Amino acid sequence: MPTETTKQSGATLVIRARGLSKIFREGTNEFRALSDVDLDIHQGQLTLLMGPSGSGKTTLLSILGCILRASAGRLELLGEEVSTLPEKDLPRIRREAIGFVFQGFNLFPALSALENVALALDVRGLRGAKARQMTEELLAEVGLQDRMHAFPPDLSGGQKQRVAIARALAGNPPILLADEPTAALDSTSGRSVIELLQRLGHQHGRAVVMVTHDPRVLGYGDRILRLEDGRLTREESRGQVQPRVQHFPAAQAAANFTEDFRAEF
Amino acid sequence: MALLARRNLFHDRIRFAVTLTGIVFALVLIIVQFGLFLGFTTTTSNNIDRSNADLWVVFHGVGYFDTGRMFAERKYYEVLATPGVGQAEKYIQNFALWKKPEGGVENIQVIGFRPGGGMGEPWNVVQGNLADIKLEDGVIIDDLYKEKLGVSKIGDRVEIGDHRARVVGFTHGIRSFTTSPFVYTSFKNALNYTRPQAREDQLTYILVKTAPGFSARKVQKNLRARVADVDVYTRQEFSERTRFYWMFTTGAGLAVLTAALMGLVVGIAVVAQTIYAATMDHIREYGTLKAMGATNAYLYRVLIEQAVWSAVLGYGFALDVAHFVVQGSEKGGALILMPLSMKIGMFFLAIFMCIAAALVSINKVTRLDPAMVFKG
Repeated sequence: MPTETTKQSGATLVIRARGLSKIFREGTNEFRALSDVDLDIHQGQLTLLMGPSGSGKTTLLSILGCILRASAGRLELLGEEVSTLPEKDLPRIRREAIGFVFQGFNLFPALSALENVALALDVRGLRGAKARQMTEELLAEVGLQDRMHAFPPDLSGGQKQRVAIARALAGNPPILLADEPTAALDSTSGRSVIELLQRLGHQHGRAVVMVTHDPRVLGYGDRILRLEDGRLTREESRGQVQPRVQHFPAAQAAANFTEDFRAEF
Repeated sequence: MALLARRNLFHDRIRFAVTLTGIVFALVLIIVQFGLFLGFTTTTSNNIDRSNADLWVVFHGVGYFDTGRMFAERKYYEVLATPGVGQAEKYIQNFALWKKPEGGVENIQVIGFRPGGGMGEPWNVVQGNLADIKLEDGVIIDDLYKEKLGVSKIGDRVEIGDHRARVVGFTHGIRSFTTSPFVYTSFKNALNYTRPQAREDQLTYILVKTAPGFSARKVQKNLRARVADVDVYTRQEFSERTRFYWMFTTGAGLAVLTAALMGLVVGIAVVAQTIYAATMDHIREYGTLKAMGATNAYLYRVLIEQAVWSAVLGYGFALDVAHFVVQGSEKGGALILMPLSMKIGMFFLAIFMCIAAALVSINKVTRLDPAMVFKG
């Protein structure tokens, strides 16, 4: 993939979308999930996609991840236009540029933590001793060096999600897309996961895009993109959100929303 | 990829056991059905295949072994005088009534041959001595029919027709396709046992061995030219005619073959269903693999490797079960054969069935919408 991208505010632009729309058709029925979405995602930032259920967040994430095709619009990833690529080329884009983190973890229960991460390398053609070394480093990166040989049923929710993040990092993708990664986690685990994702963005220069309903993560986002009825209605940058709070029960977190967000929730 | 294929198979032991059971059932069903078919066809022509003769001379128009017609003994001498004939033996095949020692009668097929002639003899004599056939009234039967014929040991005396007979030996594994067991005896005894159908100067078949340097085809041609009112077949030809008659003209074999083909269809359906179900159990994982950027070829390899593992393990178990069934059939009336060629064929069939079943799943998996992994 080409690495030359448009620069803005010193951060490299990794995702550029213009006029993205998505219409789902079933028989004679049509449902417009996205309408004319423009966005730019930069390297080194944690971008939150928020909105009520059915607002198109996951659809947008799927399109950014080259899992779904937009019905209209243009999408560039790392300077390469992917919206018109043939279907058969999309797996390559996902292998080279994107790591996914899912709400349900989507780990393979028959494989240990180490093997789950190794599988992601295997998909990318990396095997043998070098792959094993990379696998161990990835698990150490997420703090699971002592749980490499554990199987998913023996891991806590937070540990599973960290294995999933390590797997998403296989191949060193510049873009991480996370779909509600903290939804199934308690506050402690959720906080450790979101801190990890933030660190991966800030310290490792990745573009992290996260779909979330979780108000606890507001303070971690560098940008918040708000979707309603398939349209991008609001965009806020770091200065406009509440500062990150270290010890915050859910009730207190809700009380600290901005006026607008409180009205929403 | 190899690890994922194996692990997914063995991870859920109950699911794996169900999958294997489906494959084993399908393979055993096919093996038994085809084995029965082979057993039947072999049984119909055993006496011809084991005759040690190169050619069979039969009364003109006789189509298969069990309906031999008596014809003049002088044909035997004409055969002997034909160029290329190295040895010829007279042979009787005819039906008779066997009177059991404790009462009751059974239909039998009397097979008469010249003891020591080396052609048309029974094989696999497990009790007694083949040479004792020379003794007056000596008969050999198969141990499968001891109970049916009311005898249990060597020396037991019975009546065939109105003549005495004495059991001098038992074979093992010589079945009759009809309900009439074979009873082997000397040519002379056979004539006695099958009167009045058989006359002193008659025989049913002439078995021929070619002389060195003469092919069966050449001698067949010579015999056809020189001996009138007979048909001359090579051993293989007569065997095939007999098999064809029983298997297809009577419809008996067709029924077994149809059952065998049905077994194949059912087997494939069972394997397809079990492997499809096992794949659907892991559909979310395949979706995740697609989301991770796995190509369709990668998914094919995982599925096919799982199919091959299932096939190999299923084949192994199926062979054990089939051996058990085959051994059981040896004591019964219907023989199930499982020659090495069938075992090898079944292995490749197992691989084919499992891969074909996996291909049904492959279509589902490659058309899978990877966005499904985002659904909780």
